[in-house]
Amino acid sequence: MAKIIVLTSGKGGVGKTTSAAAIAAGLALRGKRTVVIDFDVGLRNLDLIMGCERRVVFDFINVINGDAKLNQALIKDKRNDNLYIFPTSQTRDKEALKREGVERVLDELKENFDYIVCDSPAGIEHGAITALYFADSAVIVTNPEVSSVRDSDRIIGILASKSRRAEHNLEPVDVHLLLTRYSLERVKRGEMLSIEDVKEILSIPLLGVIPESESVLRASNTGTPIVFDQESPAGRAYHDAVARFLGEQREMRFVKPERRGFFRTLLGRA
Amino acid sequence: MAGNLVQGAVFTVMVVRAGMLRDPSFEFELAQQVQRSPRFFLNAPVVLDLREVAEFTGREEFAEAREILRRHTLTLIGVQNAQPAQLDAAAAAGLASFAPNATQLSRPRSVDPGATAAAAPQAAPPSTAKSRLVTQPVRSGTQIYARGGDLVVTAAVSPGAEIMADGNIHVYGALRGRALAGASGDAEARIFCSRLEAELVSIAGHYLVSDQLPPEQRGLPVQIALVDDRLTIERN
Repeated sequence: MAKIIVLTSGKGGVGKTTSAAAIAAGLALRGKRTVVIDFDVGLRNLDLIMGCERRVVFDFINVINGDAKLNQALIKDKRNDNLYIFPTSQTRDKEALKREGVERVLDELKENFDYIVCDSPAGIEHGAITALYFADSAVIVTNPEVSSVRDSDRIIGILASKSRRAEHNLEPVDVHLLLTRYSLERVKRGEMLSIEDVKEILSIPLLGVIPESESVLRASNTGTPIVFDQESPAGRAYHDAVARFLGEQREMRFVKPERRGFFRTLLGRA
Repeated sequence: MAGNLVQGAVFTVMVVRAGMLRDPSFEFELAQQVQRSPRFFLNAPVVLDLREVAEFTGREEFAEAREILRRHTLTLIGVQNAQPAQLDAAAAAGLASFAPNATQLSRPRSVDPGATAAAAPQAAPPSTAKSRLVTQPVRSGTQIYARGGDLVVTAAVSPGAEIMADGNIHVYGALRGRALAGASGDAEARIFCSRLEAELVSIAGHYLVSDQLPPEQRGLPVQIALVDDRLTIERN
């Protein structure tokens, strides 16, 4: 039975789309049939981040309204056969997301995929609520700074009360914390909250810590999900996060100061 | 199965002596009481005590009584100590019949309008109501109101969350949001928490914001009470 995962945060600009792309691609690389859906109607970005913006014909809203079939709108990723992208409309807005239509589409997707990754818009209104409503799991994307943590707390509360599982008294949505744009230097300088601070305030299990990395900007500029970049620490951290999501144990990397080798110390003038 | 359809319950209900309703000084006192704790008295149920009262043998009198109480946001639901004729009229007016309440305080039996001291209705004491228990973190943006009783939270209260109780508030965790105890005016209510990091604390409407909390007590287990109209904060 397919699992629906929502990437949500409350706060904007923390890395939901980057993470949705990375996690979906990461799952596909692990052999899971995965589709990633853009719920940010009117402000779509997922197609850009996935590099398929020049192949969009029909979108999520077209399918909800019955103007197109699912297979006409789904875009197969060129890098991996298991990965599909479902872009949304740029010309409409979030009012076009009708809950019954979304449910119908998700039910149809469930027959063909192992994982359905939903990239939520920012905020706590209709668009964000619709994106999280049908979720089985939620990844709360948070930057280690106070506004982001406050908004993440809010969205966790909303998941506990306004999701379908909450409304029908089913097993609650399985929430995970993904700390993004983490910089150990800034934590040391007291500019950013530490991992322990965030864990203490939010009290949800930590899925992963993604270090701040220039490679992320390069990846979005080239429309390549970061996990396809073998060198990038952020990419590797996303792979670890996907592994943990699938139940494997992985140590947290990129969160401790790196041990500089003897020669690097000599030559690098610490 | 049928046994589960109807369950017994115990309620505390205000009793008003029927004779008092005609007394203008009674109405004045009642209005004052209600004004002090409007939330507590809003739609509160009232039983009319007909002991030693000769009138109220016609349903119009009950309709009138209902109207008088409604003016003070109270809802007349029944009668007590009624004579058979009064019972009939009460039933016709849609009122229930309650058994005589043994726990009433003894009061002067006369319906003398001059007895203003006994005019105030007996209010249901909030402390006998059940406590409400919350075991999950109270997330930002959440509001919880423990009506008529205490609130106990065994997790943290996030900034941006609001917890309120007519009685006491106990937080066995960090209190980082707003806590309002004695929300309907009970000045005896207290706030207890394991870590004081609140945005705002209030008892019966008297409040302090985060900035006004003594810095040396931040992050500590404290007990907050209202003494002489001022909030006091003590180490627990």
